[in-house]
Amino acid sequence: MTGSFEPVIIGFTCNWCSYRAADLAGTAREKYPPNIRLIRLMCSGRLDPSFVLKALASGADGVLITGCHPGECHYLEQNYKALRRFLLLRRTLTQLGIEPGRVKLVWASAAEGHRLAQEITTMVEEVRALGPLNWAQAANGFGPEPVSAPAAAEGGAA
Amino acid sequence: MSANGKPKFAMYWAASCGGCEIAVLNIHEKILDVDANFEIVFWPVAMDTKYKDVEAMPDGAITLTLFNGSIRNTENAEMAHLLRRKSQILVAFGSCACEGCIPGLANLSAPESLFEAVYDSISTENPEGIRPQATWDVPEGELHIPEYYPVLRTLDQIVPVDYYMPGCPPESHQIAAVVDLVIAALQGKAELPPRGSVIGAGSSTVCDECPRARNCKTIKRFERIQLVKHIDPNLCLLEQGIPCNGLATSSGCGALCPRAGAPCIGCYGPAQGVMEYGARLLTAYASVIDANTPEEIERILDTLPDPVGQFYRFSLAKSLLRASKAAWEEEERYAAAHHH
Repeated sequence: MTGSFEPVIIGFTCNWCSYRAADLAGTAREKYPPNIRLIRLMCSGRLDPSFVLKALASGADGVLITGCHPGECHYLEQNYKALRRFLLLRRTLTQLGIEPGRVKLVWASAAEGHRLAQEITTMVEEVRALGPLNWAQAANGFGPEPVSAPAAAEGGAA
Repeated sequence: MSANGKPKFAMYWAASCGGCEIAVLNIHEKILDVDANFEIVFWPVAMDTKYKDVEAMPDGAITLTLFNGSIRNTENAEMAHLLRRKSQILVAFGSCACEGCIPGLANLSAPESLFEAVYDSISTENPEGIRPQATWDVPEGELHIPEYYPVLRTLDQIVPVDYYMPGCPPESHQIAAVVDLVIAALQGKAELPPRGSVIGAGSSTVCDECPRARNCKTIKRFERIQLVKHIDPNLCLLEQGIPCNGLATSSGCGALCPRAGAPCIGCYGPAQGVMEYGARLLTAYASVIDANTPEEIERILDTLPDPVGQFYRFSLAKSLLRASKAAWEEEERYAAAHHH
């Protein structure tokens, strides 16, 4: 499995900078691996940590969070909030045994298509080296089997 | 219905501390209403009944079962399945059954390190290094004891649950209100809420029940409450740097802890609309940190040494990740050994 392991990385991009950087990378024919699935947010400050947890719990091997450089947030200072959340989230994930390399924060302006492509390439290789996370499989595939409720219990308003 | 015509009531404890049982007895004379309106058929902590008595009942024979405790071992799982089959209304009663509670924090570690802490610690005399075994040979034959699951589960992670009643333990006035409601519903005088509802809790947050003044919060460091010399009795604890979980926690307790000068630790579970309790708290805590450079943020975060314990003290087993990587890996080995 590890020989052909292709990591799945969820990338959260900011509408005003990194999403445009990814767009620029495309128009400039910059190449980066297809392992990343980009999701556009209006701002890195919109990133609820549960998005990252849900991605990992649902089978992603890594998450890349991107936003505007400090001082350049379209909404003044929300990227600082993203930074604080990210640093606290990374500590939380470390306690749960998730390697810090699986969740990264990168600043990329709308002009930095080349840099963003490089960061994505680097991260894909780093996560490939870490191996599959397999969280969804772990959580869903094992343990006591659920059973259904008796008919009497299913008659109520659901 | 039993011979005396009363609906049947059961209460069971799985992996729990017994506090939920005490909370039920703590409804005082209301317990007489329970006895007047129900036939208590199974309640190991209060009366002598056997599992085989429950097994002998027809399916759906018990009207109401309050199930407290989480699913730590094979016995807990067996009883959850059995009581689900026998009960018309199965209530996940208390934080352990709802979201794993304190026992769920064991999901941070693989069983071996837990056993090491329990059976090999410096305060334990265990020269033979004895560990729990699922089977054991004695002269009389082979003994079986419940087997420990590497990952602890909440009740609804193994059987469908009709209602959730949060709290560690649920507050007695909330229990009394639920008892009244169920009795009224059985008499046709009230309707039960939709199945799957949280019952016996408020619809807002602990902060909304807390009398402390709230302003704009900015924190330069988190404080350990026992080291704070002067705590302002009228000001929000989080504003004073004391980690308090009221902002994401369901109301229903009356903000007992912050009123008494202790921070909310989140025993009433997520407030309505909160999908991931720990993430909501994490967001809130990160937002009040008064720093914008990675170095200073890290320095402030150093004063919050146990984020999982702070954000998931009661809800780790019900969170999105549910357990640590080490515990899941052990669960995988356990499943591989048992499913073949």
